[in-house]
Amino acid sequence: MRTEIRIGGFGGQGVILAGIILGKAASLFDNNEAVQTQSYGPEARGGASKCEVVISDSEVEYPKVQSPDILVAMSNEALIKYIVDLKDEGTLIVDPGTTDIEDVREFIDQHNIKVFNAPATKTANDEIGLKIVANIVMVGAITKVTGIISENAAIESIKDSVPAGTEEKNIKAFKAGYNLI
Amino acid sequence: MSQEFFIQGNEACAKGALRAGCRFFAGYPITPSTEVAETLARELPKVGGSFVQMEDEIASVGAIIGGSWGGTKSMTATSGPGLSLMQENIGYAFISETPIVIVDVQRGSPSTGQPTMAAQGDMMQARWGSHGDYEPIALSPSSVQEFFDFTIKAFNLAEQFRTPVFVMADEIIGHMREKIVVEDDIEIIPRQMPEDKDNYLPFKNVENGTNPMPAFGEGFNIHVTGLTHDERGYPDTNDPETHNDLVQRLCDKVLNNCDKICSVKSKSCEDADIIIISYGAPVRSAIEAVSVARSEGKKVGYIKLDTPWPFPEEEIKNLSSNASDIIVAEMNLGQMYYEVDRVLPNDVNIHLIGKIGGLMPTPDEILSKINEIGGN
Repeated sequence: MRTEIRIGGFGGQGVILAGIILGKAASLFDNNEAVQTQSYGPEARGGASKCEVVISDSEVEYPKVQSPDILVAMSNEALIKYIVDLKDEGTLIVDPGTTDIEDVREFIDQHNIKVFNAPATKTANDEIGLKIVANIVMVGAITKVTGIISENAAIESIKDSVPAGTEEKNIKAFKAGYNLI
Repeated sequence: MSQEFFIQGNEACAKGALRAGCRFFAGYPITPSTEVAETLARELPKVGGSFVQMEDEIASVGAIIGGSWGGTKSMTATSGPGLSLMQENIGYAFISETPIVIVDVQRGSPSTGQPTMAAQGDMMQARWGSHGDYEPIALSPSSVQEFFDFTIKAFNLAEQFRTPVFVMADEIIGHMREKIVVEDDIEIIPRQMPEDKDNYLPFKNVENGTNPMPAFGEGFNIHVTGLTHDERGYPDTNDPETHNDLVQRLCDKVLNNCDKICSVKSKSCEDADIIIISYGAPVRSAIEAVSVARSEGKKVGYIKLDTPWPFPEEEIKNLSSNASDIIVAEMNLGQMYYEVDRVLPNDVNIHLIGKIGGLMPTPDEILSKINEIGGN
């Protein structure tokens, strides 16, 4: 089965790394197939940033996301811009600290979207003391909510993707996110 | 034991170059190829190689021609605007029979166009970009794995035929991440060096196999020039026969070996009424479209061009002998489309899905075209 995931946020929040971690977990550690792509606009920190992952138990041919099953919004701009592509009964994970769900309430109701709140930025600040791990907290929430990758694969993938010496903090962030929902 | 990585196409390209024995990269970073240069700038010094960021792309090809004549497998990577600047020296590499690898990660064009968006608008530039007659070899990867594999293959073909080889990728394949498997055992063709210093002819006709190539400084008396030259490399610019023999030989060494160089992959073509021909990223949509169309009982197949150049004429003719309609799906307004049209009989209908703007044709767009043609 093919599952399409889109993660949107500000440039600098680490949404690209979050997507790479998901894709790597699926393809190297869960024995599934995955393709990760990202927007390469002239965005810098603060601008819009988008990362997409397609995960499947068979080969992924068309590599781009057409209509995501899962949307993760880490900024309100991303929430408003990308919600319209989300599949009916799709999964929406938002950081309530950086988004306002009421802005897309109508779409959520009309399309039976399943909404999950994952206060990733607040958790990163309060529990890890590092705002920059909000993306990893979000990976934890995505793993728990969707089951699209296994917990073990996620941890292995994080260890393989973050700078040496930061593994422990990142895994702590992942677990905090995993326990949010 | 094989190793697995989840990496970008451009990183896989750099990894492939290192594996093939590339130890010199000269280039001018340009989106969307920059990660090739970045990776090699980091990795080449670790294996005793050299990386030079040049002042421009004209100099980049000049430098890798020099690197290759210095006895080192050499490469550059660029995108359309850089490929335009490289054309003069690419011609020099052809006539001087210098093995080099040129990677082009294609972006929206002409001119500076769309730096961060995909295209396949440079296919004819790879074919005809430099002046004069020559027969280029070009490979087009459709996956991150193929970007690794084809970069190695490009180095092997360059050595085997002593000629420049292009890897014509696109922004989608260059920037996406996928798993690659790197096997322990990969065939690498090394540089063939001559032995006999007294009777060595650097530009003689070798029917089968490779004319070996010495490195500068090893004591061979040779002359390398862009002028029309004899077997020794000495300019002989007024004799029609010398020029004809030289240029014909340069073309023939590729054309007479099409069976060894050309590569296509295909599926479900035997009974197909409609065949989709594509290369690079659009292949991914073609494969998906064929599997959907087949599940609906439509007789549709695909041909994927691993080597757009030399154009796999015989393979395409054979595979499409039963088809009434061909769809060429590419990210330009029709380049390989005209090649397909040139080689197939007049009673075959050739359709173009020529998509520009930066995105690849979608499986749905190909399926609509199949329905429009009336596939059943």
